[in-house]
Amino acid sequence: MSLWEYANPKKFMGWTGPILPWAFGAAGLCLVVGLFWGFFLTPDDFRQGSTVKIIYLHVPAALMAINAWMMMLVASLIWLVRRHHVSALAAKAAAPVGITMTLIALMTGAIWGQPMWGTYWAWDPRLTSFLILFLFYLGYMALWAAIDDPDTAADLTSVLCMVGSVFALLSRYAVNFWNQGLHQGASLSLDKEENVSDVFFFPLLVCIAGFVLLFFALVLLRTRTEIRARRVRALQLSEVR
Amino acid sequence: MIALLLRDLRLATRAGGGFGLGLVFFLIVVVLVPFGVGPETAILSKIASGILWVAALLAALLSLDRIFALDFEDGALTLIATAPIPLEAMGLAKATAHWLTTGLPLTIAAPILGVLLQLPNSGYSIVALTLLLGTPALSMIGTFGAALTVGIRRGGLLLSLLVLPLYIPTLIFGAEAARRGTAGLDATTPLLMLAGITAGCIALLPFATAAVLRINLR
Repeated sequence: MSLWEYANPKKFMGWTGPILPWAFGAAGLCLVVGLFWGFFLTPDDFRQGSTVKIIYLHVPAALMAINAWMMMLVASLIWLVRRHHVSALAAKAAAPVGITMTLIALMTGAIWGQPMWGTYWAWDPRLTSFLILFLFYLGYMALWAAIDDPDTAADLTSVLCMVGSVFALLSRYAVNFWNQGLHQGASLSLDKEENVSDVFFFPLLVCIAGFVLLFFALVLLRTRTEIRARRVRALQLSEVR
Repeated sequence: MIALLLRDLRLATRAGGGFGLGLVFFLIVVVLVPFGVGPETAILSKIASGILWVAALLAALLSLDRIFALDFEDGALTLIATAPIPLEAMGLAKATAHWLTTGLPLTIAAPILGVLLQLPNSGYSIVALTLLLGTPALSMIGTFGAALTVGIRRGGLLLSLLVLPLYIPTLIFGAEAARRGTAGLDATTPLLMLAGITAGCIALLPFATAAVLRINLR
């Protein structure tokens, strides 16, 4: 039995149904533990005070904003190559979740930036590339909403996702060239000596796990909704005939 | 392919083709900016190259939905698609026609309009050069966007939402090269990057354009 059989809509509904409550439960548990640990059980930073604790929302959201786009890219490719409808619907379902994550990262960054940098917004490369990512999500969702025929919509948005990925990557390095950064560099890399202190790192890991699970659960839920909506549409069409 | 190019050029330059509209729009945007930011020479000459770039980008955007929409409505696009040239070449011909009717006139007009914006003397040639290098990329990306939205009624607004984010890298390098050149700095790196983006767009985007056209003509 191949992995692709799970992409059959009926099978997909079958195996995701029982998993869904567990995924939501695990996401909720991770988020409650991670955020409580992060907010109340870690010390204040000696320079940033308690504002540092916004990283428990900011970092996982920013991580998932990029990963959601990557997931959409992979799902789009699978749709274009193997034409599994669930894949196209999963890409469609992930976009609103991804754009929300982007917005959370931008907003928490702005809230933190006001006391720390003295401004809500700076045209820093990282901030700018996130804003551009936000625009790409908007365009992608608008294209889905504008086309009536579901297969055409899936095809066109898949191509847009691929072309958009190239240009989003290009923009990311272009803005690096365009302006100097205010944002700190990477401090969670596995291959570096100097990273964020363990006291902050472990609750952050739990929060990241929580956001990954939350994204997984939300995308599953939204994909199931899309499949049901498509079934309803098919039933209505057959009734008209 | 040349016949198609000549046909598009003829259609664009004759009555109702909107050939001059892009240029007039460019002029109006450039005239409006001093009203918005104030008439001080120092400020205007500092932002002149950037304004010219943004205005050129908007003017190029204005005529995008004409690339395929009219042909799609009267059925000519289906006929062209069955012609014995590949759809990729057809997309390239369409983009070339768009560039010849908007990008090239904009490039020629930009230094003249630079006078209105107090562009420093060092900036005239570099602004024209960056536009000459960058506008083909704008036309090619725009052709892809137009092909993407050709089947959608009233897709004009959606087209700008899809295309403008794709214009960002071109704008960054083009405007950066123009700014550096105007300030008398070395502009080689952004110029090379800009040329690279244009070359990459011309090489790859015709395939994406043809792919979405095939989907839309199904």
